[in-house]
Amino acid sequence: MISLAGRDILNTWGKFIFTGIGLGLLIGVTLTMAGVYRGMVDDGKALLDNSGADLWVVQQDTLGPYAESSSINDDLYRSILSMPGVAEAANVTYLTMQVRQGRRDVRAMVVGVVAGSSGKPGWPPYLVAGRQITRSHYEAVADIATGFELGDRIQVRRNQYTVVGLTRRMVSSSGDPMVFIPLKDAQEVQFLKDNDAVLQQRRRTAENPMLNRPGVPGLLDAVIATQSSNPYVNAVLVRIRPGFSAEGIARPIRRWQRLTAYTRSQMEEILIGKLIATSSRQIGMFLVILAIVSAAIVAFIIYTLTMDKIREIAVLKLIGTRNRTIAAMIMQQAVVLGVIGFVVGKVTATFAAPYFPKYVLLMPLDSVTGFFAVLMICVLASLVAIRMALKVDPAEAIGG
Amino acid sequence: MNKGIVIEGMRKRYGTGDTAVDALKKVDMQVEPGEVVGLIGPSGSGKSTLLKSLGAVIDPSAGRMMLGGEVIYDEGWKAPDLRALRRDKIGFVFQAPYLIPFLDVTDNVALLPMLAGLPNGEARQRALDLLTALDVQHRARAMPSQLSGGEQQRVAIARGLVNRPPVILADEPTAPLDSERAMSVIRILNDMAKKYETAIIVVTHDEKIIPTFKRIYHIRDGVTHEEVGERRGFD
Repeated sequence: MISLAGRDILNTWGKFIFTGIGLGLLIGVTLTMAGVYRGMVDDGKALLDNSGADLWVVQQDTLGPYAESSSINDDLYRSILSMPGVAEAANVTYLTMQVRQGRRDVRAMVVGVVAGSSGKPGWPPYLVAGRQITRSHYEAVADIATGFELGDRIQVRRNQYTVVGLTRRMVSSSGDPMVFIPLKDAQEVQFLKDNDAVLQQRRRTAENPMLNRPGVPGLLDAVIATQSSNPYVNAVLVRIRPGFSAEGIARPIRRWQRLTAYTRSQMEEILIGKLIATSSRQIGMFLVILAIVSAAIVAFIIYTLTMDKIREIAVLKLIGTRNRTIAAMIMQQAVVLGVIGFVVGKVTATFAAPYFPKYVLLMPLDSVTGFFAVLMICVLASLVAIRMALKVDPAEAIGG
Repeated sequence: MNKGIVIEGMRKRYGTGDTAVDALKKVDMQVEPGEVVGLIGPSGSGKSTLLKSLGAVIDPSAGRMMLGGEVIYDEGWKAPDLRALRRDKIGFVFQAPYLIPFLDVTDNVALLPMLAGLPNGEARQRALDLLTALDVQHRARAMPSQLSGGEQQRVAIARGLVNRPPVILADEPTAPLDSERAMSVIRILNDMAKKYETAIIVVTHDEKIIPTFKRIYHIRDGVTHEEVGERRGFD
């Protein structure tokens, strides 16, 4: 038996190809949206992987340092380091901001790490060019996604930094590339006020009789000194020794240090379950809408193509063609349209993904799922046309 | 037993009660195998209803009908598989050829035997034999849109004959054709009727071809009458 659907498609291949391309672009957008979500999840995991930590110690009852702001004293790491099972503990700060280079600026997450302690938690695990930060001030390591190059001078708040190293795939949970600078500078960045504000604050402090007592010399200077420094960090990243459990170390930190400690799995839950939950729901809604639009388009196209063949269908029925042969013809056309659309969509998404500003991760499993979803949508969409075709009276071929 | 077409006392009523319309009031016809008869009647006389009943696409309200020696309708009873019956027992030739536009000439003709379960190669060979008999074998690979009106109609006749049905129903097959082509189509139908022992009914208004029928049935107000007298027939 010849394939009626195949012959019809060959006869009107131009219509099918162009319709398939149109549908394919829509499917390409759908696959890219799924890729954007996967990219967000992967960014979150990359953030955790690249931090090199087994435990995140943050301000009590906060979801810091990525999902909420967290502030803890920068000397707390010492007491954590003295705990059994703790191999390394390092202060770290995170601040997402605009980093300037000449006239352009780049949105980046500025990470403060302790200078000269390369390899500790928080540091970029590898470089693709240059070296790690060795000086306590004004050196930076940047992710290549920032577009900075070795030797570039970049400005973070009032200070200028020289890019001494480049790393790759070091991004925040929202996909912003990271710029690493020395911890002391980073603490200042978080705290730094403009000169006018500093002068105003000093004047106000001096005019406060409680802080500028005539009988207590040196008090005003001490108060001003505390106002001019920032002894806080956002988190302490902890790496534990082999054979110790992260939860076993987190428990005493929570109980005795009055801090909150998260293990890797808990931090992953915060990032994926809370931080990007709204975005993933948003993308989910887009995927549902795109699926409905795709189904409507396929249904409309197949319905129109079937309407164009009403007389032929009546003739086919009159000469004894089975209903299932006619239904199969329509369904096969819908499926072929879906397959053309999927191939075009997959190619489009693959070639377009690198041009997106944020990471788009196209996973083979998503493609397989998408392929079967497209087939299912096409089969369902063809049912309207099949129903209409089966209603056609063979007597219509005779006329009268 | 007549292996062609036998209709006895066929009636067809549309609707019920006060709005009921009797499209066919009393139809009696007999067409022998190898015979081509004409069916003539004005608009609204019941021609289309009769053709649809003969084509097993609508059920008569009463009467008896036999096609190819098989009882199709008998006072409310009907054959169980009318679709297969249409495929195997009846060939259709329409006013317009209604060829399937996405199949080439050979496959348009071969489709029916394929639907009946004949292997593709055998069905195509049978189609080519018929196309040769109808002198359109040189257009075997052409698409319907590439054929002239006369060629399309010959392909449509080949499609009607390909399953070697005992009955062919031709609904104004010469209407879109000029006199020469119309006569050619009637010649082909007569030749095929004789060659394949097929009973053919040709519904027509075409004055040019009416003299070619040896027997003619007139239908008026749902009642058929066989024209009395000797006719010339097709020479």
